[in-house]
Amino acid sequence: MNFTPPDFFPAILEMLTLGMTCLVMLVYLFLDQKNRGITYFLTQITLLGTAVVAISLHGSPEVITFDGSFILNSQAILLKIFILLSVSFVLMYSRTYIRENDILHGEFYLLVLFSVLGMEVLVSAYSFLTLYLGLEIFSLPLYALIALKGNKPVCQEAAIKYFIMGAIASGFLLYGISLIYGACQSFNIHEIISMMSLSIHTEPLLLTLGLVFMSAGALFKLGIAPFHMWVPDVYEGSPNAMTLLIATAPKLAGFALLTHILVEALPVLFPQWQYLLIAVALLSMAVGNIIAIVQDNIKRMLAYSSIANMGYMLLGLIAGTPRGYGAALFYMIIYVVMSLGAFGVITMLSRKGFELEKVDDFKGLNTRNPWLAFMMLLILFSMAGVPPSAGFFAKVGVLEALVKVNIVWLPAVALVFAIIGAYYYLRVVKVMYFDEPLEKTPVILESFDTQLAISINGLAVFFLGLFPTTLIELCQQAFLA
Amino acid sequence: MELLKTLSLLVVIAPLVGAAGAGLFCRQVSKQFAHRLTIALMGFSLILSLYVACLVIGQDQSYEGVLYLWGQSGKLTLNVGFLIDNLTACMMVTVTFVSFLVHIYSIGYMAEDGGYQRFFSYISLFTFFMLMLVTANNFLQLFFGWEGVGLASYLLIGFWFNRESANQGSFKAFLVNRVGDFGFVVGIAGVLGYFGSLDYIPVFAAIPGVAEANTLIPGTSWSVISFIGFFLFVGAMAKSAQMPLHVWLPESMEGPTPISALIHAATMVTAGVFMVARLSPLYQYTPSMQSFILIIGATGALFTGLIAIVQNDIKRVVAYSTLSQLGYMMAAAGVSAYAASIFHLMTHAAFKALLFLGAGSVILAMHHDQDLRHMGGLRKQMPITYFTFLIGTLALCAIPPFSGFFSKDAIIEAVHSSQIGGASYAYVCVVLGSFVTAFYSFRALFLAFHGEGRMSHEAKHHVKESPWVVWLPLVLLAIPSVIQGYMMVGPMLFSEPSYLGNSITVLTQNNVLMRMGEEFRGGFHMILESFGNFPLWFAILGAFSAWIAYVKKPELPPLCVKRFKWLYTILIHKYGFDDFNDWFFVRGGQRTAKLMYQGDARIIDDFFVNGAGRLITWCSATARRLQTGYIYHYAFVMLLGLMALLVWLMFR
Repeated sequence: MNFTPPDFFPAILEMLTLGMTCLVMLVYLFLDQKNRGITYFLTQITLLGTAVVAISLHGSPEVITFDGSFILNSQAILLKIFILLSVSFVLMYSRTYIRENDILHGEFYLLVLFSVLGMEVLVSAYSFLTLYLGLEIFSLPLYALIALKGNKPVCQEAAIKYFIMGAIASGFLLYGISLIYGACQSFNIHEIISMMSLSIHTEPLLLTLGLVFMSAGALFKLGIAPFHMWVPDVYEGSPNAMTLLIATAPKLAGFALLTHILVEALPVLFPQWQYLLIAVALLSMAVGNIIAIVQDNIKRMLAYSSIANMGYMLLGLIAGTPRGYGAALFYMIIYVVMSLGAFGVITMLSRKGFELEKVDDFKGLNTRNPWLAFMMLLILFSMAGVPPSAGFFAKVGVLEALVKVNIVWLPAVALVFAIIGAYYYLRVVKVMYFDEPLEKTPVILESFDTQLAISINGLAVFFLGLFPTTLIELCQQAFLA
Repeated sequence: MELLKTLSLLVVIAPLVGAAGAGLFCRQVSKQFAHRLTIALMGFSLILSLYVACLVIGQDQSYEGVLYLWGQSGKLTLNVGFLIDNLTACMMVTVTFVSFLVHIYSIGYMAEDGGYQRFFSYISLFTFFMLMLVTANNFLQLFFGWEGVGLASYLLIGFWFNRESANQGSFKAFLVNRVGDFGFVVGIAGVLGYFGSLDYIPVFAAIPGVAEANTLIPGTSWSVISFIGFFLFVGAMAKSAQMPLHVWLPESMEGPTPISALIHAATMVTAGVFMVARLSPLYQYTPSMQSFILIIGATGALFTGLIAIVQNDIKRVVAYSTLSQLGYMMAAAGVSAYAASIFHLMTHAAFKALLFLGAGSVILAMHHDQDLRHMGGLRKQMPITYFTFLIGTLALCAIPPFSGFFSKDAIIEAVHSSQIGGASYAYVCVVLGSFVTAFYSFRALFLAFHGEGRMSHEAKHHVKESPWVVWLPLVLLAIPSVIQGYMMVGPMLFSEPSYLGNSITVLTQNNVLMRMGEEFRGGFHMILESFGNFPLWFAILGAFSAWIAYVKKPELPPLCVKRFKWLYTILIHKYGFDDFNDWFFVRGGQRTAKLMYQGDARIIDDFFVNGAGRLITWCSATARRLQTGYIYHYAFVMLLGLMALLVWLMFR
């Protein structure tokens, strides 16, 4: 039996990330306290460098390696690019926050990098084992990150909640994997597909059970009702910089998890998971939009908003067409961009000893920093789906995909919830522009890169709405191959 | 062709540039600059439009084309384009000529007004819209101009916006014109629906076919042409102040007098007449609408004239006379004598602008007192104003050889020889109308300029002739009022080709002017013949009666008022149109609105709108209690959800 070494090239991004992570770890050990800022730059170089390599890889043909357990295709590359970029933005927004709140430098950046590595692996997984491996690599650092600000009980509480709930979800996922294995005798997605298309050895009951358990695990990661209970508590309890991180890149990884399971591994079960998704999507949109209305805490409000948004994203998957999957991916990317901006502003407005949490803290932001208020306005309009912002086209995309397959009632209901949702986004706009500020001091952003980042972020929301075609086409291509 | 296009474009754009220059920078530019700029551009526009008229009428050129594509929606293309033919050329000259003189006149009339620059900007803007209206080659652009002049009219009636009456007048004009515009839009929609295009040329070409092929409701004989014609005419009724949509025009006199001359006498109010002439190919195919136009016009010609007799405000007298003359124009359009209609429009533009500007000159001398009862004997102090006003009056009363005689006599004769339904009623109206016209015109003349002065002693002392910028336009307008009719009657009405060329369409069986033309033997002969007809004697009788009543025996009018109390009451109440509108539309509308508002507040606002909000808030407040914060609750919910999904999918 000959041993042929596997093709390592498709995993170049992961290897780059891992290598750089080790470098950061070593450098950190030899740095004294005052030069530890260097780790920030090294981390950014890692993220942006990997992103550049990922961009250069885009367009190359699909490769499967490591004995069929790892895949590199345009979908994976697209997701990785946005994961890397969004984490890079997260670090830019939270740099000042991290320094002022004495969250230990090195560990912070290391944990973030490990989490990114996990997300990359998850995105490229082509076997349930890789999938689970990636999931755990990206989740565990996040639990630790939330608890990093050790002296606050509320953070500990959030970390423990996230950890325990996450463990239960992992249990669901693993149990589901084992059931599917029982039916198909394989972890490998490719083999599962061929097994199912032959329709021998398949046990319908086992498959359905496996589908539900695996979906539950994935839906938990995305924070979709009824597996959403952790979202508001964790968002609220985490330090703002961590909320920013949890609310953005992991959503893209979660999207990859869900599509790997449903779209790639189990397309045969589409009639079943379509019903499942309709139920949870409706529940998410209802729960998210309705409960968000009474929230005074902006982080909680945005947490419910994320639950609702995940519901909208599912609409694209429910359509069951490549067009719908593409629309869902586009929705996901746009949501992450908006979420980055919104939590970014929240993080920037927090200072040492002051966590911005209340909607009222936004009062009169326009008089204190008009540009920041304007960026927030663009982002909130986009979240509410006001044309011509990107959020509008994201919603149009998923609803259109549903209408194309003659499901009209669901978009109609979704629109009603979107109208309810518009209320709480616009309330923040009203508070920023029409209310008297609680404190008159102008808000000054210290570092130039932060200002640049939020400007790019806010304007991106606007210009992706004006010229959405390129990104929409990229998303569509990701599912056409 | 290209030359004509460029010239027309310059004619139209020049006033807009002036309006922008004087209006957008009204706080920066001086008064001198504002009037110099607008007058220079207006003069430029006048000279070019005269040149255009030479090319079009003299050398028989024309232009029809698209300037640019404004919008496209499905099969509907919306163009901005020009149709420059004889009718347009006549209108362009009339509009720019009167507008130019009114600009000059305003230097004197508005000299001490705070909104000087704004005023010049508005009148130039008005001229731009009016020119867009007459040069349009499609219905949409016609509507653009139509709305634009309405806007300018609204702004100028309410020019003195801190006067309550001016605001009410502008508001009334605006609302009444809304009614007309509604009809107009319905008409345009009808054109689009049945013809599939909004451009004049293809629509006109398709009219005979559409007229035969379509009825409004299958199985009936209601022609779609009549339907379209009616609704377009509703627009014309409001804009040209035809009964019963005439109520706004007297109120429009709250605007500055130059505006009354330009907009509410010479140009804008004749837009409806222009439209009917422009759409002559359409109205030729709907005999019922022709009769309708004739009856509406003739009724207005007589009955609004009667109201003028009891008015004491000099501007209102002239305003009611405008209503009456517009009635004559419409009546002519009704009997297919479009050439006579446009001819009267042009002569009327000159002499009515003259009368208004003359009245303005008097008002200026009287320090903005407009009441005829306070005037008298002004002819000695204001000889130029008196003399030109007299010429205007003679022209209005159709006394030969002044211009109004030729156009009005042609109208009366055309109505006489027409055979369409309602023609005999209309004939009676227009003939009696000539008596009424002469009576109220000379009444105003005598009250203002003859007899003893009735103003206070001090005021009498201050009365003097107006400055040259005011009387020069009067003189310049008096010239056409004397000679225009004699010079133009032949080529305008009876020669072949006439000044209007083939820009209007008249079917042979309707062509009254052609039949009249067979007997026409020149302007001088026309004067001689008129001595053998009713209308001239009626006019002379009217003037004579006015002389007896207001110069010879001034005690007579009060006696008549006492004797014919009922008639006086009807006239002073203007046949009750205003009272009816106030009772039915204003107060009825208010009552309905109040009722609706209560329904709205209770049912829609409170139950549906706020109720939905309260429901959601209640749901929200209830549902948030589920979020207890205990991990075991959360885990329980997850398990429950999982179980539910399992059970559902397995036993589905």
